[in-house]
Amino acid sequence: MTVMTLAGAINAGLRAALAADPKTLLMGEDIGALGGVYRVTDGLQAEFGPRRVVDTPLAESGILGTAVGLGYRGYRPVVEIQFDGFIYPAFDQIVSQVSRTHARTRGAVTLPITIRVPFGGGIGSAEHHSESPEAYFAHTPGLRVISPSTPQDAFTMIQQAIACPDPVLFFEPKRRYHVKGEVDVERPLADAAPMGGAHVVVAGSDVTLLAYGPLVATATDAATAARAEGISIEVIDLRSLAPLDLDTLAASVQKTGRLVVTHEAPGFGGLGAEIVASLTERCFDYLEHAPVRVTGFGVPYPPAKLERHYLPDLDRILDGVDRALGRLGAAAAPTVPARGAEVAQ
Amino acid sequence: MLQTQTPAHFAGRESSTQTDATEQASLARMLAPSGERLPNAELDPWVAELDAAAIGALYQDMAIIRRLDAEGTALQRQGQIALWPPLLGQEAAQIGSARALRSDDFVFSSYREMGVVWARGVRPSQLNRVWRGVTASGWDPYEAHMAPLQVIIGAQTLHATGYALGIQNDGADAAAVAYFGDGATSQGDVNEAMVFAASFQTPVVFFCQNNHWAISEPVGLQANRPIADRAPGFGIPSMRVDGNDVLAVLAATRIALDRARTGGGPSFIEAVTYRMGPHTTADDPRKYRDPAELELWAGRDPLARVEAFLRNQGAFTAQFEQQVAEATDAAAAEVRAETIAIPDPDPMELFDHVYAEPHTGLARERSDYLRYLSQFEDPAAPGQPQQAGQTGGAR
Repeated sequence: MTVMTLAGAINAGLRAALAADPKTLLMGEDIGALGGVYRVTDGLQAEFGPRRVVDTPLAESGILGTAVGLGYRGYRPVVEIQFDGFIYPAFDQIVSQVSRTHARTRGAVTLPITIRVPFGGGIGSAEHHSESPEAYFAHTPGLRVISPSTPQDAFTMIQQAIACPDPVLFFEPKRRYHVKGEVDVERPLADAAPMGGAHVVVAGSDVTLLAYGPLVATATDAATAARAEGISIEVIDLRSLAPLDLDTLAASVQKTGRLVVTHEAPGFGGLGAEIVASLTERCFDYLEHAPVRVTGFGVPYPPAKLERHYLPDLDRILDGVDRALGRLGAAAAPTVPARGAEVAQ
Repeated sequence: MLQTQTPAHFAGRESSTQTDATEQASLARMLAPSGERLPNAELDPWVAELDAAAIGALYQDMAIIRRLDAEGTALQRQGQIALWPPLLGQEAAQIGSARALRSDDFVFSSYREMGVVWARGVRPSQLNRVWRGVTASGWDPYEAHMAPLQVIIGAQTLHATGYALGIQNDGADAAAVAYFGDGATSQGDVNEAMVFAASFQTPVVFFCQNNHWAISEPVGLQANRPIADRAPGFGIPSMRVDGNDVLAVLAATRIALDRARTGGGPSFIEAVTYRMGPHTTADDPRKYRDPAELELWAGRDPLARVEAFLRNQGAFTAQFEQQVAEATDAAAAEVRAETIAIPDPDPMELFDHVYAEPHTGLARERSDYLRYLSQFEDPAAPGQPQQAGQTGGAR
């Protein structure tokens, strides 16, 4: 076991992937000499050279479109999008090309492209540096979407993403980059849990609390706090956002009968909506209470001084748990949905 | 007060409008519309080995794709395919460029390049599988060394650039070729592709068919100046060639490919041609196009000038004419018979190849739909298929 930061674990995973396959290459803005604005690729260009770790012009569509061509040629590009909010210029190449080339060519062409995206808020940054765009991609057929929450998962899952023949969006919880944890760098990739599987972080019996990426730690803290009040929360780290490991999630909801989902992204049309719908379909007879979502609001990501109000934190998650337990009564029930409801008026 | 004169250091506005005459005068050309062979010191060496038989073969290619193009429109009118984007008028641009390629070069094209598809050895009915709506790609890209037709305007130029970067990494001497139109040059992707290609000096040829029209929008709306003039601003040498002159196009493409193969990096060719037909079978150019312009370009027909040239050489014999007629008739009969015989796909093909590895979410949907279909005696019964011809147009 080695103690690493989450960012360091991704770096180690990238290094292992570069060493394992000469067709793997990294592309992105400032990933070479600088090692990326978050230093996730630190030292890799010096080790593998500028043809394997490629600084690109500042054009995200250009990066993804070029990666498609490299994929056609048999390469395995790992693309860094510098910040979540910079991915939109590449949206067309990702949705119209990366996601569907395998289907378009009836399986003849595989595009094993990994798209690394530092995502989420809580770092007091400028506009477009704190977004959570994962639902756009989870919605798109042909893509897989995953997000690690621990250094061990970061190390393993980045290698699984790169090894996967399908295109994978790899959402990195940037405010947890410096969190340290033990990483088993010796364990063969084949022995790791499958990329698509959810992980029960804290076992519990009263409420199922689902989180991913940056909020897994917050959810875990919430479980600790609730335990002091005699409430047993089961925390599950989704790890894979598309596909969802519904078997694991449903087993928990069938056990607890109560469901809370939390994410930083806005609630409307977010992953929480899909998860709640899917689990309600599966677990309707087991539910003791309407599922609860604790999410960001339907507003553009706010300026730094307001983000503590926007981001689900421990107290807001516990408030959601209370609601799922029916403890707050009708008066505290949120008026949902926030948007779209007015249409009927 | 506004300045009426541009200061000298803001240069570059000099030739903001192009007339037909200035455009024509700017083109590299080897065959005049009359069939006269015009000496061209730069291009001549690149096609010096072509004898009358080789030029006859180019003519036959062009005659065949012209006929296949007419069959495409007819098949659409008869409801056998849903849509057809005619290439009439662009035969020389497509055959001249595609016949310059080696089999290990890789093509990323737009959707009007049936002539290129033909030259890559793909059966025309394989292409028609796409327009009939049974598949998104009619051929294996690795067999034809050509990606499926691209519908998103300009997106494929980046794919060609990336593929070329791969060629460069491999140390191979192949090239990638991107086909796109004048409309595409307004897209960010095309401009980004030129930035990437220039920065990495990738072996890619940007082949722009300026056919003067992007559906109803004239080229003047996309480009204030000659399109070929843009490339040097990116650091990419360019040539503006008469796109209706198969020899000039062939020569220009050979030059560009030679640069690519020998470490010279990217090149840009603007083949100035004309879309004689509608954008697609769903379009009506009478609403936006002056018939006089069509007449003008009819006088610059890419086949007629080769025929005149071969006649002058005594090579357009009755026997040759007969041979071409037989080849075009055979290709037409084949594509008709094969297209009409293309069966509808199995409904469960919906779920194939979305992922290369098993996907639990899709597997659930697939088995749910299989269960649903099992209730019908005829699995094709639910959701009657749309009549071909009802769908809208690719842009």
